[in-house]
Amino acid sequence: MSLRRYALAALASAIFAGSAVAKDYELLNVSYDPTRELYQDYNTEFTNFWKASHPGDNVKIQQSHGGSGKQARGVVDGLRADVVTLALAGDIDEIAKLNKGSLPENWQTRLPDASTPYTSTIVFLVRKGNPKGIKDWGDLTKDGVSVITPNPKTSGGARWNFLAAYAYGLKANGGDEEKAKEYVKTLFKHVPVLDTGARGSTITFVNNGQGDVLLAWENEAFLALKEDGGTDKFDIVVPSLSILAEPPVAVVDKNAEKKGNTEIAKAYLEHLYSPAGQEIAAKNFYRPRDAAVAAKYAQQFPKLELVTIDKDFGGWKTAQPKFFNDGGVFDQIYQAQ
Amino acid sequence: MSRRISPVIPGFGLTLGYTLVYLSLIVLIPLAAMFVHAAQLTWDQFWAIITAPRVLAALQLSFGTAFVAAIINGVIGTVLAWVLVRYTFPGRKVIDAMIDLPFALPTAVAGIALTALYAPNGWIGQFANDLGFKIAYTPMGITLALTFVTLPFVVRTVQPVLADIPREIEEAAACLGAKPLQVFRYILVPALLPAWLTGFALAFARGVGEYGSVIFIAGNMPFKTEILPLLIMVKLDQYDYTGATAIGVMMLVVSFILLLIINLIQRRIEKP
Repeated sequence: MSLRRYALAALASAIFAGSAVAKDYELLNVSYDPTRELYQDYNTEFTNFWKASHPGDNVKIQQSHGGSGKQARGVVDGLRADVVTLALAGDIDEIAKLNKGSLPENWQTRLPDASTPYTSTIVFLVRKGNPKGIKDWGDLTKDGVSVITPNPKTSGGARWNFLAAYAYGLKANGGDEEKAKEYVKTLFKHVPVLDTGARGSTITFVNNGQGDVLLAWENEAFLALKEDGGTDKFDIVVPSLSILAEPPVAVVDKNAEKKGNTEIAKAYLEHLYSPAGQEIAAKNFYRPRDAAVAAKYAQQFPKLELVTIDKDFGGWKTAQPKFFNDGGVFDQIYQAQ
Repeated sequence: MSRRISPVIPGFGLTLGYTLVYLSLIVLIPLAAMFVHAAQLTWDQFWAIITAPRVLAALQLSFGTAFVAAIINGVIGTVLAWVLVRYTFPGRKVIDAMIDLPFALPTAVAGIALTALYAPNGWIGQFANDLGFKIAYTPMGITLALTFVTLPFVVRTVQPVLADIPREIEEAAACLGAKPLQVFRYILVPALLPAWLTGFALAFARGVGEYGSVIFIAGNMPFKTEILPLLIMVKLDQYDYTGATAIGVMMLVVSFILLLIINLIQRRIEKP
């Protein structure tokens, strides 16, 4: 009995002593697949930044990566994420909708630039020397060209691919929706393998040597070049038009509150917008929002015409059901023979 | 008053209670939850989901490839068990230990490795490519992955039974004039068949639900190489939990019926 009482006393004193002097934070950032390297760098930067103003605190940041939709479902089902940094706003919308009270429905207005501190776009990765002479979306539907992209039903990245292709179809046909559908239909006839995620497609293209073109996040394409020998095997082709891929970030209020992390979680995301945070994003091949940092890395990111999800597709709330839900434009491509 | 016949070994109540609690927590409650969730649908909605052309195509593919893989393992697995039991040769223990590896390996690793080997320009796939057919990204690739993953079942169920058959019975049969094929047909097959069917059923059931290794090698093209578990994932990625459970329930029911049939066959064999 006395041992138990002693243990309780020790525990209580430890808790009180802890809160009086400094705080221990354990932050969980639930993110999607290709941000692994980005947040590894950023977590170090943020820990240093926080410690500069809170010298006594201990900050431990945990990361979780996976397909964007899968990660969002994890949070809906009770994964205690303080912040989510996912591939598309639609996934965070679903968290707000399905897990009532976890974060407000207007979460995207709480941070600048619709809560997307960095952006990316969709580019083509081709075999070295570009043997099939691929320059733009129109070349993807030529005879003998085979295209690798993940399945938009299961991959957030692939939805950006699909919409970029669709935007090209619209532009090439003067805004004719039927012809744009026709274009993506032809395009997907050139797709021999539909992996479930962006990393899976990269493996299919890079390691298994399938296809002539990989439709990829710009940062994934750069990463494939950076891997040893990548520059000898692949080239990046920037099409005439693509989509501004906006991977958003948000604090999951309910979880952060419960864990006493509200303040630090907010700071964690806000610091992404600081010059230091923007610099890290740019170094990891994400396009920074900050004009000064963007200017510094202008060489790295070629200029191209970019459509956006909100202006050109009416936001994810419209685009998701129209294109990707059961019976949507994507499903119409694959009909029973 | 009729008295309960108490079993010879004590502890029946305790062990049965433990078994029931354990089964409920691990198996029954999760499965029941699935049925409850699917019950939110009306019968018409449920029927529309599970008879959609894409679901039916996937159903055919999943059960078809799992069946073929179980058959392949039924043959190869028996041969393997035979070799391991009946012969002694250097390295036998190592091969015996290797049989279980497909269980230990994460299935995703198996899938990626097999794809790398059997892709049209992989080590082995290139020869198939020269002959004019593809292995990876076709139903053949799916069958291959399932054959790999379910390899241990038949071997491990047949092996101990085979080891327990006294050699004398076969020798006696031979002395009585039975030809080798007759010994096989009338002595070995009846003894092995129940165990073989168990192994076959396990391999088949495991193959139907396998996801991790298959998605890498399948190519996942709708109507061609899209397996049922992938369709469940697709539904989940649309946050369509009920649709996903509907397919899950359908798979469960079909699997249950097939396993029941196998069990009945087994009974008939054991008690003619």
